[in-house]
Amino acid sequence: MAQRTVAVASRVGLHARPAMLFTQAVAAAGVPVTIAKAGGAPVDASSILFVMSLGVPHGEEVTLAAEGPDADRVLDELVELLSTDLDAPETQGAPTGGAS
Amino acid sequence: MTSQTLGAPAGGVLHGVGVGRRAVVGPVARVRPAPVVPADAPLVVDGATAGPAQVHAAVERAFTDVAARLREQSAGASGTVRDVLAATAQMADDAALRSQVLARVDAGEPPVGAIDGVVQMFAGMFEQAGGYLAERVTDLRSVRDRVVARTMGLPDPGVPHLDRPSVVVARDLAPADTAALDLANVLAIVTELGGPTGHTAIIAGQLGLPCVVRVTGATDLEDGTVVAVDAAAGTVQPHPDDAVREAFERRRTAQDALAADTSPGATSDGHAVALLANIGTAADAERVGAGAEGVGLFRTEVLFLERVAAPTVEEQADAYAAALRAAAGRKVVVRTLDAGADKPLAFATQPDEENPALGVRGYRLVRSHPELLDTQLAALVRAQETTGSTPWVMAPMIATPDEARAFAARARAAGVATVGVMVEVPAAALRAREILAEVDFVSLGTNDLAQYAMATDRLRGELADLLDMWQPAVLDLVAATARAGRATRKPVGVCGESAGDPLMALALAGLGVTSLSMAAGALPAVRYALRRHTLQRCEEIADAALGARTAAEARAAALDLVDPEVRTTLAL
Repeated sequence: MAQRTVAVASRVGLHARPAMLFTQAVAAAGVPVTIAKAGGAPVDASSILFVMSLGVPHGEEVTLAAEGPDADRVLDELVELLSTDLDAPETQGAPTGGAS
Repeated sequence: MTSQTLGAPAGGVLHGVGVGRRAVVGPVARVRPAPVVPADAPLVVDGATAGPAQVHAAVERAFTDVAARLREQSAGASGTVRDVLAATAQMADDAALRSQVLARVDAGEPPVGAIDGVVQMFAGMFEQAGGYLAERVTDLRSVRDRVVARTMGLPDPGVPHLDRPSVVVARDLAPADTAALDLANVLAIVTELGGPTGHTAIIAGQLGLPCVVRVTGATDLEDGTVVAVDAAAGTVQPHPDDAVREAFERRRTAQDALAADTSPGATSDGHAVALLANIGTAADAERVGAGAEGVGLFRTEVLFLERVAAPTVEEQADAYAAALRAAAGRKVVVRTLDAGADKPLAFATQPDEENPALGVRGYRLVRSHPELLDTQLAALVRAQETTGSTPWVMAPMIATPDEARAFAARARAAGVATVGVMVEVPAAALRAREILAEVDFVSLGTNDLAQYAMATDRLRGELADLLDMWQPAVLDLVAATARAGRATRKPVGVCGESAGDPLMALALAGLGVTSLSMAAGALPAVRYALRRHTLQRCEEIADAALGARTAAEARAAALDLVDPEVRTTLAL
């Protein structure tokens, strides 16, 4: 199983817009991904409800995990996303459409 | 209209927390409450109880329909409402929520019980996390109500069609409800739940609608009952008489005109008093837009809070440049890091201070962490170079002329053109002339000035009377600072809460204060109050307040001299 640990760069933490963009990216990746806080149980990273309820503040580390041949590529992309301030105005052009 | 009102006596005034200063009279339009369905109610299709496969299909379709409808509403909305609706749509689309509900349904649980059970689990997690997440529970419950109604074939809960201008009354208003409102026909919003920082309040503020939240008994109001909603007073009065209606109508007309006015602040005889906004981020500056003549207080600590290490010079320069760009060439006064006391920082706060408000805070951090200030000044100058606009820069918590001189030397050496200091320590107010000899301007932080002058902790609610901004001793310190500004011909601004109070703003203008910086929402009322009085009348108001013996007498004496129409319009 592939794993990555990354600090959340978004100033508001993993809430609101950043949580939305992150879970949309996970859903679009097509690979089951989990997210966990240090010492916490992993939860479905494509679920905005689970991701928001982790209540991850700015600067706190989370661990992502996935399995399968694409796992490393998907995790690298997600790490890059979490290392970006998703609440910054420059990312306003990012996609916001639903998955279905 | 036969049902009994339980929570409110007929005609009794209901009380809540007002958002804004507006007042309107209009008929109640109630938002349809959540469907009341027993948790074990079976799904009935064509007269027969549906089997698990049928229930599965109905629940799945309900989730899909609700998410699609919310996305549609989001696409038709704008700004905050659009984002909030998109987030709510994503909740309805949430794979975990849907699969867990369907798993329960497949196990034979009745649909409403299954939906409630899973929603309750997430709501519990959100509530436990508190703060921002606890307020998102409203969104979650709105998803639940819509899915339950759609599954069981009931009418969608939410906002009725408004065929005339109405006061929308709800237990709580989810963003999706707000988005469905026909805004042309919404006069005001009243809710029984919610808080002044919740969605309803924020969105009502964005839309400029008067709003009263936490009104006990609001949902007992009947559809069509005429109510008088006063956001300034936080009241909802059923069946107002003609006098109340007329007074409200005058206030409403006048306030419509106020909000449309964005001209520079001045007294009726043309004495300019710059009207500025307090901001914490570039986004705040964007929101203020042309409503203010600039930014009178840019609180830079927002960038530093909840961080384990100080932000780098690049990161700070970017943030400052964004704020300067958002101000679009208008004046911006930046306050250097004001940490310590009620705003502790992990990397700079002294851990063992017994009296942090009297300890190493504000500019004093230069004694232990000079690099924090130097980095910040370097970032400000870099932002100045990249944007081409030159911010004014001031330091908080200056007590002596020597501190003012040392700060000015550091700032000028870094490349800052216009240097100032905050006057919030009584010592600085008393020696304002000597302080102004060292810098280009000063800005009065009246909240801290009152705290230090009255030896009263700002966070102790039970001592609020001592912190009253009309305390004559505090007014004396403001007057002394303003006099020093007149004598040295240098600007003296006010950026504390008192600047946003229309009555106090008149007294401050009369004392000789040259700019007032406040929450953006307070600007129209202050602009209007100034416009309706001469400088001489403002000076008389200031003299009357200074001549009073107590805070209450000072305010009353000032109010006596205010134009009666202004008193009525602003409900002073």
